[in-house]
Amino acid sequence: MMSKNDGEIRFGNLAELHGTKVQIPYLTTEKNSFKRMDDEDKQETQSPTMSPLASPPSSPPHYQRVPLSHGYSKLRSGTEQMHPAPYEARQPLVQPEGPSSGGPGAKPLRHQASLIRSFSVERELQDNNSNYLDEPWRITEEQREYYVNQFRSLQPDPSSFISGSVAKNFFTKSKLSIPELSYIWELSDADCDGALTLPEFCAAFHLIVARKNGYPLPEGLPPTLQPEYLQAAFPKPKWECALFDSYSGSMPANQQPRDLNRMEKTSVKDMADFPVPTQDVTGDDKQALKSTVNEVLPKDVSEDPATPKDSNSLKARPRSRSYSSTSIEEAMKRGEDPPTPPPRPQKTHSRASSLDLNKVFQPSVPATKSGLLPPPPALPPRPCPSQISYHSVNSELSTQPKLPAQLPNYGDFRLQEQSEQASEAALLPQLNRAPSQAAESSPAKKDIPYSQPPSKPIRRKFRPENQATENQEPSTTVGGPASVATVKPHPTVQ
Amino acid sequence: MAVCIAVIAKENYPLYIRSTPTENELKFHYMVHTSLDVVDEKISAMGKALVDQRELYLGLLYPTEDYKVYGYVTNSKVKFVMVVDSSNTALRDNEIRSMFRKLHNSYTDVMCNPFYNPGDRIQSRAFDNMVMSMMIQVC
Repeated sequence: MMSKNDGEIRFGNLAELHGTKVQIPYLTTEKNSFKRMDDEDKQETQSPTMSPLASPPSSPPHYQRVPLSHGYSKLRSGTEQMHPAPYEARQPLVQPEGPSSGGPGAKPLRHQASLIRSFSVERELQDNNSNYLDEPWRITEEQREYYVNQFRSLQPDPSSFISGSVAKNFFTKSKLSIPELSYIWELSDADCDGALTLPEFCAAFHLIVARKNGYPLPEGLPPTLQPEYLQAAFPKPKWECALFDSYSGSMPANQQPRDLNRMEKTSVKDMADFPVPTQDVTGDDKQALKSTVNEVLPKDVSEDPATPKDSNSLKARPRSRSYSSTSIEEAMKRGEDPPTPPPRPQKTHSRASSLDLNKVFQPSVPATKSGLLPPPPALPPRPCPSQISYHSVNSELSTQPKLPAQLPNYGDFRLQEQSEQASEAALLPQLNRAPSQAAESSPAKKDIPYSQPPSKPIRRKFRPENQATENQEPSTTVGGPASVATVKPHPTVQ
Repeated sequence: MAVCIAVIAKENYPLYIRSTPTENELKFHYMVHTSLDVVDEKISAMGKALVDQRELYLGLLYPTEDYKVYGYVTNSKVKFVMVVDSSNTALRDNEIRSMFRKLHNSYTDVMCNPFYNPGDRIQSRAFDNMVMSMMIQVC
């Protein structure tokens, strides 16, 4: 949906936003692209000028909203008009696609900068979409990606639960009162098991964001936040996708129907299985966004992987979006996903993900050890890196900077990844150099890396990290086994 | 069916009390309070056996001319007390048991909420709705 428009608009908006300041992590970039699709309720609030939500949330293209004023009042359910400015950030980006929305929305986002990333993002989410029809309780793609990223930061396995205590600590950061949080939990934990699955978590997060944006909490869980609905609407999030993004393109279509059938619990699993389709799609988008905008927010990194998943699965559009954006960006996106903390290592292997984030991260860790590089990447790859990646991503994106560094050498796919990562890293000052390299090399190299991982060895040597990236690329072919195999050769090469 | 439902903590302070507003609520509170002695009596009587053998449902605690009071104790010594209108003779023991079971399930759901600290007053809307559904029928 957004893909085509998104790309264009994004850039435009991003530029605007960028100027103001994109506080909101990844949101601005990703959100915009995704938002469009969903243009959920939140958007509406933000930019009155834009005609938001009028279109049904599910279809991105529709997203072109109807005159905002209309929906705006409606969506808000007449009561709470959220302050569009802060949250608009997301919306505006998305809006751009639609008529006239781009500009105004972008500005508000920037305001967000001051807010805490995680929660500031929430706000945006809210604003972005308020689907006219659906009230603010519809989760847009961008929001979902964000939520998924956050989920991953708490629990690497997307098909598993977040325990009550972990979730409590996390949601307490939102600064909402305990009774409200208690009520939100009550609404979102559908099975009352004291733990949150991914859909439940997304619903809870969404409710928190809505509440922070001023929406009163509903009496009952809205239908769009039901776990079953969320499962179906967002087939496998990015977890898996990160790695596959490039290859999975075709999959998304298949995946979707599957998701619909599943219940939330199963769907979570599906999401994990889905890696391929979603990733590619979203990855591209993200990449494009990232590269262009250079999100400063560290969250972006984490988000990218997540977003690609969700978006990918849902639609092929993301691909197109990246399409609209520069080719380089697309490439970068692909690369990006892998570099950012890839969701689950095991899953990714199955798909031919070019980048095995696991590998990427792994090497970084062992690299520090120095000398361990060759062996570590080969073995564990998946579980460790993801874990590590999460930590790194969340805590300090240390991994990211590394990745970009590694990639530049390759020029091939990896570079792209790096560049993307670099863009993200841009947030974090560290990556400055990487992006430039990656960007340039990525487009050309993309193809090369896949075919010949061994060529890189040279680079790897000086950078342990490179191994990781290299490994990732070769893995694309087969996915799990391949990746491992590729990993091995790298060490040897070096 | 019930005119008053109360949840009493282990330390014998109320976690939740709700009565039908038609009557003087204070009277119900007093009845619940006095019924706690009966509950303790029953618990100690059964206490000789192992705790796990003790049945949770205590049955009729004591009848008054207008009302009957039933009790239920969980394994964590949280007590549920239900005051039922005596005129409602259609209420059978099984029904009372099922009502307590529902109460217990709802209470467990409240407990599962990580934001709920055991010992706090119960403010869960779901629990409230469930209790209201049990009480409204009576009225």
